Amino acid sequence: MPPILTADHVSKVYDSGHRALDGASLEIEDGEILALLGPNGAGKTTLISVICGLVSPSGGTITVGGHDAIREFRAARALIGLVPQEISLEPFETVWNTVRFSRGLFGKPRDDARLEGILRDLSLWDKKNAPIRALSGGMKRRVLIAKALSHEPRVLFLDEPTAGVDVELRKDMWQVVRKLQQSGVTIVLTTHYIEEAEAMADRVAVINKGRVLLVEEKTALMARMGRKELRIDLGAPLAELPSALARFGLSLDADGERLILVYDGAGGPPPLVELVKAIEAEGLAIADMQTRQSSLEEIFVGLVADQDAAREDAA
Amino acid sequence: MNWRAIRAIYVYEMARTFRTLLQSIVSPVISTSLYFVVFGSAIGSRIDSVEGVTYGAFIVPGLIMLSVMTQAISNASFGIYFPKFIGTIFEHLSAPISFVEIVIGYVGAAATKALAIGLIILGTAALFVPLQIQAPLVMLAFLLLTAVSFALLGFILGIWANNFEQLQFVPLLIVTPLVFLGGAFYSISMLPEAWQAVTLLNPVVYLISGFRWSFYGLADVSLGLSLGMIMLFLALCLGVIWWIFRTGYRLKP
Repeated sequence: MPPILTADHVSKVYDSGHRALDGASLEIEDGEILALLGPNGAGKTTLISVICGLVSPSGGTITVGGHDAIREFRAARALIGLVPQEISLEPFETVWNTVRFSRGLFGKPRDDARLEGILRDLSLWDKKNAPIRALSGGMKRRVLIAKALSHEPRVLFLDEPTAGVDVELRKDMWQVVRKLQQSGVTIVLTTHYIEEAEAMADRVAVINKGRVLLVEEKTALMARMGRKELRIDLGAPLAELPSALARFGLSLDADGERLILVYDGAGGPPPLVELVKAIEAEGLAIADMQTRQSSLEEIFVGLVADQDAAREDAA
Repeated sequence: MNWRAIRAIYVYEMARTFRTLLQSIVSPVISTSLYFVVFGSAIGSRIDSVEGVTYGAFIVPGLIMLSVMTQAISNASFGIYFPKFIGTIFEHLSAPISFVEIVIGYVGAAATKALAIGLIILGTAALFVPLQIQAPLVMLAFLLLTAVSFALLGFILGIWANNFEQLQFVPLLIVTPLVFLGGAFYSISMLPEAWQAVTLLNPVVYLISGFRWSFYGLADVSLGLSLGMIMLFLALCLGVIWWIFRTGYRLKP
């Protein structure tokens, strides 16, 4: 099946001279949840804004459902729903009116039954006559989703749907997104929370400095990102690693004071209890233990370094 | 052309009027009635009739124009500025519509409101002074053209404005003085000759003059010139809007 959306070498240079997108390319498969992951300022929102028509691209092409996003903007935009990062709603308007307005704005004929279905799915039906200013933050976020869904888009963009939202609401939001995917909507969400990508996405695209560095199946990426290191500080230095411990894949640091075990989340947790017993059986004292996980930041640094090296090779 | 989108914007804007009925319709009617009481009856009773028309009746066209212009500007400018201010403009930009639909929706709604207020004031005036309208079609044409042109001007203002002060600035500091100095309350011929020449630089003079002609057959300048001027103004506003559309000025980086 052809991708529902393609972005090909999209660039954006703002009037200020800031290059927010630098040849970003991305293909989005029909029906998937794609997480666009990147640090703040990576170009996530700009990429979405260019795709949705909020920002004019400086270069590159975008097609949605085979329609060019600029030349055939009416056909392209009709397929897209956008939930922005900021909660932008008219405070005095009622939920019902604002959702109906959105449907009309996208040129769809009135269909109250469908809007009712959307509001019910988002647990907003009993608030339909409430003015938006009377709703909680989580409800407002859902109103934005209802508005974006009102014209039956095929691709829904969620820009940082859980930024500044507490844990419980975040889990609610994840459920809402999964339900949407089941109904056949393709979902692109941006986030800088790695757990969110992990919980939601089928595929993950990593964007940094205006470029999409990689697009990968989530499970493959998580294995790389989920690298962990267990450090065991010994009471007294060792000259060499006892053979009984070597089978755990442990290594000894240069001073002989610390045992290090590197493992990844994909292979399951290491046999920690056996490991500790084995250390004890060797008569070694454990002074301290710590684990650390490679951060998203480190992975970005690694990716960017790789990219720069590749560019130099090509030059 | 996405007519449903135009309709959605238009209906939404009109609904806002009815939600704020007091502010939108009642207040301009009250303030205009005060003008009639003060200028028409209290002061007007001591002023001679102007070329056969009592002073109270003479100022009616000018008062209607004043309200139509300020209402068209403030409704259109606020209408497009508010979504910009609270961020809901993202929806207009992401919808499968062009700038044309947005302009027609907002300008249409603002012009409708201004026109309605103009007619309400006309009705109110009829309660205070004896009115005659010799060319009702010309009157309606002037009303409509003025409402649309100034709604376009208001739309431009709303796109340009970066804060509420700028939004208030043009109606308050430019339009109101132009209307007061544009012959709303006097005939240009009452002014010293030098000032008459200066006054002819004021575009509002032509609108009020033509509009007053449709009531009483009295005009400071010829009807054709009045119509020509308002068409020129309309064309200017459309030109600026076209430029905004081309460049995405202050809407689309």
